[in-house]
Amino acid sequence: MLGYALRRLVLALPLLIGITFVSFLVIHLAPGEPTELQGGEVTSTQSDRELRERLREIYGLDKPLHVQYWSWLTRLARLDFGRSFSPDARPVLQKIGERLPVTLLLNIVELAIIVVLAIPIGVFSATRQYSKFDKVTTVFVFVGFATPDFWLALMLMILFGVQLGWLPISQLRSPMWEYMSFWQQHWDFLTHLVLPVVVATFGGLAGFSRYMRQSMLEVIRQDYIQSARAKGLAEGVVIGKHALRNALLPIVTVLGLSLPGLIGGSVIVESIFAIPGMGQLMVQAVFERDYPVIMGNLVIVAALTLVANLIADLTYSLIDPRIRVAARRGRR
Amino acid sequence: MICLATLAILAPWIAPWDPNRPDIKKILDQPSKAHPLGTDQLGRDVLSRMLYGARVSLAVGFVSVGIATLIGIALGAAAGYHGGTIDALVMRLVDLMLVFPRFFLLLAVLAFLRPSIWTIMVVIGLTGWMSVARLVRAEFLTLREREFVLWSQSIGASAFRIIWRHILPNAMAPVLVAMTLGIPAAILTESGLSFLGLGVQPPRASWGNILNEGKDAIEIGWWLSAYPGVAILVTVLSYNLLGEGIRDALDPRLRQSVGRIVSRSR
Repeated sequence: MLGYALRRLVLALPLLIGITFVSFLVIHLAPGEPTELQGGEVTSTQSDRELRERLREIYGLDKPLHVQYWSWLTRLARLDFGRSFSPDARPVLQKIGERLPVTLLLNIVELAIIVVLAIPIGVFSATRQYSKFDKVTTVFVFVGFATPDFWLALMLMILFGVQLGWLPISQLRSPMWEYMSFWQQHWDFLTHLVLPVVVATFGGLAGFSRYMRQSMLEVIRQDYIQSARAKGLAEGVVIGKHALRNALLPIVTVLGLSLPGLIGGSVIVESIFAIPGMGQLMVQAVFERDYPVIMGNLVIVAALTLVANLIADLTYSLIDPRIRVAARRGRR
Repeated sequence: MICLATLAILAPWIAPWDPNRPDIKKILDQPSKAHPLGTDQLGRDVLSRMLYGARVSLAVGFVSVGIATLIGIALGAAAGYHGGTIDALVMRLVDLMLVFPRFFLLLAVLAFLRPSIWTIMVVIGLTGWMSVARLVRAEFLTLREREFVLWSQSIGASAFRIIWRHILPNAMAPVLVAMTLGIPAAILTESGLSFLGLGVQPPRASWGNILNEGKDAIEIGWWLSAYPGVAILVTVLSYNLLGEGIRDALDPRLRQSVGRIVSRSR
């Protein structure tokens, strides 16, 4: 088991380097440079040109691409992500570090809610195919797939924030936060989380309950479920134990594969609700053409996704003995 | 859906107002007879802007999916037909692109390109070919062993000709489904990017950037943010249902599950 995990980890490393290479290439080959923004967009006087050259030198943009990439990669290996190009010039790692927990928290809460709700929904609509419940959830699924999350966010903001005034619509803390008691602070934080989490969960929930339903439908038709029933086991045991376990297997993989989408979704949610997370940082960096921050963000997010995929794979092999055997044979 | 396409194509003729003409006297007007969906911060007619926005959204959807499909078919066919090193390389590339949070990559690329409708199309196309490539490869892997392919090979047909004339037509069914489902995804991505201000640039209207402007007027003008969202929802929903419908028609095993709902809602 440990060997399998280690082997997967070693395999993930080239993938990560590949990702950094592709993104580095794409970003640096694209026309437009940060110095153009800082040096002024439309200027062409002598001093401006000199200033721009100076900036290029400071940032190392005047060197050939492979030299830039190599120096960036070697620094990366020492966990040095460089400094931001924006005026505060703080280390990228520090900038990301203070925003990572927020994004992680949001994504973990979302994922937990999705899993907790989607599994029972999927199981119920599969075991009662074409019932009212199944039809309602199917409609919900299609609407959920089609709803743009930023629009849902706006609508909820209008309804709960503006019209009803029940929930705060931006940031994670009220302006009065520092003057609140301990419990008030927590309550305040929770109420700020409600809308972003609902918005971020909506689409994913639709997708997962669909997968769960599909997977469950396939499992129920299998022979071993029939034989479990024939043995005289109670329906609850058949569904809850025999069917559910097998139906969960593909879901774990889907969960791993959908992580990039979830994290990508947090870009929009964070920028709408003004939540200081990675997504918001990314958008700011994009507008400022802040290479080091963009690259740092990409690397961290890609690494997180790889780790999450790894966890999904390991979980998979933990709950599915067939894969464990295959791994021992060295198939992967 | 045909309605939508017709509306989009006819936009210049049926739009009641010039979508880009501001009117100071009509800033943020409620929906009325003259402006059925109200006006925005600059007094522009929301209905007209949405009709023009439909052209953008549909164009982005079709063109970017077209690009993605071409890349996907080329890479998938090469990998599936030749196998070996090419296959391994292409599949690693697919893995790599799949792990990538696509939205982050899109943002990173768009940061350095001047955002316009063309860059959006290309960028969405370039980051969305993986599923098509996988499907095509899987089809090719089974098809290349079939008698008619072996026969063509034995009479000395070129690889390109075999791929293009003999295998590809047989592998198109799942690709068609993937394309139909790819269009709404591309429309959603475009509107998301435009919403962040990194997509289609104002004054050219797109559903996403109308929503972006609506966000700033959220406390006064609900109509500005409500309608474009409904438009996106309806469009995406109808393409998704179409895609599911095609899939059911092609795959009888799953027909019962969604077919009924599709037929009812159309």
